[in-house]
Amino acid sequence: MGRYVALDGNSATAEAMRQINPDVVAAYPITPQTSIVQTFSEFVADGLVDTEFITVESEHSAMSACIGASAAGGRVMTATSSAGLAFMWEVVYVAASTRLPIVMPVVNRALSAPINIHCDHSDSMGARDAGWIQLFSENAQEAYDNTIQAVQIAEREEVRLPVMVMSDGFITSHAVERVEIEEDEAVKRFIGPFRPTYPLLDIDNPVTYGPLDFYDFYMEHKRQQAEAIERAKEAVIEVGEEFGKTFGRPYGLLEGYKLDDAEVAVVVLSSTAGTARGVVDDLRGRGIKAGLLKPRCFRPFPSQEIVASLRDKAVVGVMDRSDSFGALGGPLFMEICAAFQAHGVRTKVVDYIFGLGGRDTTPDQIESVFRDLLQIAETGEIERLVNWLGVREGKQEVVTAA
Amino acid sequence: MATALKLKELSKKEERLAPGHRLCAGCAAPIIVRQVLLAIDEPVIVAAATGCLEVGTTIYPYTAWRIPWIHNAFENAASTLSGIETMYRSLVKQGKMKERDMKFVAFAGDGGTYDIGIQALSGVLERGHRLLYICYDNQAYMNTGIQRSGATPYGAWTTTSPAGKVIPGKPQHRKDLTAIVAAHGIPYVAQASPHRFRDLMQKVRKGVGADGPAFINVLSSCNRGWRHPTDTTLEMSRLAVDTCFWPLYEVEKREWKLNYRPKEKLPIEEFLRPQGRFRHLFQEENKHIIEELQAEVDRRWEALLKRTGEA
Repeated sequence: MGRYVALDGNSATAEAMRQINPDVVAAYPITPQTSIVQTFSEFVADGLVDTEFITVESEHSAMSACIGASAAGGRVMTATSSAGLAFMWEVVYVAASTRLPIVMPVVNRALSAPINIHCDHSDSMGARDAGWIQLFSENAQEAYDNTIQAVQIAEREEVRLPVMVMSDGFITSHAVERVEIEEDEAVKRFIGPFRPTYPLLDIDNPVTYGPLDFYDFYMEHKRQQAEAIERAKEAVIEVGEEFGKTFGRPYGLLEGYKLDDAEVAVVVLSSTAGTARGVVDDLRGRGIKAGLLKPRCFRPFPSQEIVASLRDKAVVGVMDRSDSFGALGGPLFMEICAAFQAHGVRTKVVDYIFGLGGRDTTPDQIESVFRDLLQIAETGEIERLVNWLGVREGKQEVVTAA
Repeated sequence: MATALKLKELSKKEERLAPGHRLCAGCAAPIIVRQVLLAIDEPVIVAAATGCLEVGTTIYPYTAWRIPWIHNAFENAASTLSGIETMYRSLVKQGKMKERDMKFVAFAGDGGTYDIGIQALSGVLERGHRLLYICYDNQAYMNTGIQRSGATPYGAWTTTSPAGKVIPGKPQHRKDLTAIVAAHGIPYVAQASPHRFRDLMQKVRKGVGADGPAFINVLSSCNRGWRHPTDTTLEMSRLAVDTCFWPLYEVEKREWKLNYRPKEKLPIEEFLRPQGRFRHLFQEENKHIIEELQAEVDRRWEALLKRTGEA
């Protein structure tokens, strides 16, 4: 039986790390991830984990050391945010392409400039093509549950890929919630022992990792990688089901809320889904058929499942917590447009860029999105394909003290 | 008993870097790697930085490495190896793996060490991982086609410090990386050269035997970049040492010791003249550069003599 405790998201993630008890953690502090590594350092200092903790001098070295440690043949974790993820960029790709099952909580934070420590998804969206599995968490419970599941998903024989577990900076990472923490032994049983494949430390069977790979083989290796992340979809589903059977909280690729009979729907990741759920209830109370879709797994992108759950809606509003500058719209919007097009779905989709750099997203704003969608459903006209939510429009007067 | 550092004994050992790799004829890097690996009798795991050595020894599906080997990226051989070494300690501590006297060795060029990799290296030294980092210093970015690095000597031609009409070669002196590493106060630091292989191999043994990080900076001639015939590699190494351009010394537990003092300290021209990268310096209008280079070699040599108590 689990126990209910009051924890913020980062403490819940740190708890998961304590229970996972990785052989090596290499990490560097960055706001708002810092309290994860701080809390974990205490676990190490108090002997509550067997982990060797490498207190690296940068995120680039954090991921580099994780790659070395993982290739050596053991369970490895790190955690980061924002500029930290951007700084480790180069080796984020190496980790995935070397097929190393590293697990990395990413506490979402805006990228510079201007420098900003608050939440948006530009950091993890920037890494969406790096070959990592990406799971987004709505709250502290999901951050905890996803971190534990990530280990299983990453280490599956048919997957062998690293996993990022996202949670919203400050909103989730620093807000205290009621979290069910499972028993240490139960978590240990769930993740099972680490099974190394081609460990460097097996000196009697030497292997070469990371050779130069030209046009005669590179493409086949990339194909294998593409197939592995495709297979990860099934793994995410299976591990989510198994987690549900074990701990009573099942997970899938996505989660719908009052979606089946909805006329208009909003799609949004992470903590904002919680706010949107309240708005849906409110609108339903007023007889409006509103629904919500919260994708959990962004990579691999569950396009078929998303299409299946949205294809009969009149209008879909996608909320993107990051922009893809110069593109058609935000990353989630583009993925959904592409999925609809590929599956011959003609449902209208509009995009709402919101919450950049921690800008508050209120129920009123989400309600305004639903009202837009209803109007589009009625008129068939889309005024603006990409909208910015809660932003001051037009030229801004900057008033400074005389 | 460790293998005696004698050619007869060493030649009986299996080479850990197999022949058939694709490094250039006359390249000093594989000579150095073989000397390093022959010096170590224990099992070795190698991490290499991006560079000639990586490119020339591992074109998929081939590998010249008969021991576990990893390449991650350019600037992170040190941090990658620190991850391997830490995993080893973790697994042994937890009883998941049997303890063996395993050695961890990084190979990186001067670009991956003096410049882009200095942060990762410094972090590893500060954290005290038990590993040996070998820099094969060929004094420029040779793998990308001879661009200047922090290790390129003053006045040298490279493709990004060309011998132009206004700027004749590299305008800056080289970084004294060995001293920078020594300033970390790690158990063992040395400079070596492959033409004195016994000295180099003894240093490797001290390095892997140290209780903490060890660093050896090895001068590694590149005939493509230095512009000299392929059969004069070790001659260039000798001249670098006999002109005191590349002194052989070690810093063991913070004690500085000179390992070799040339009977006659040769003028720097002896090292410069056989190399095409310095050819422009012998034009009349550039002779002052040779004088300045000589003055810098002298300053560093005198400082080293003082530090090693040889002055």
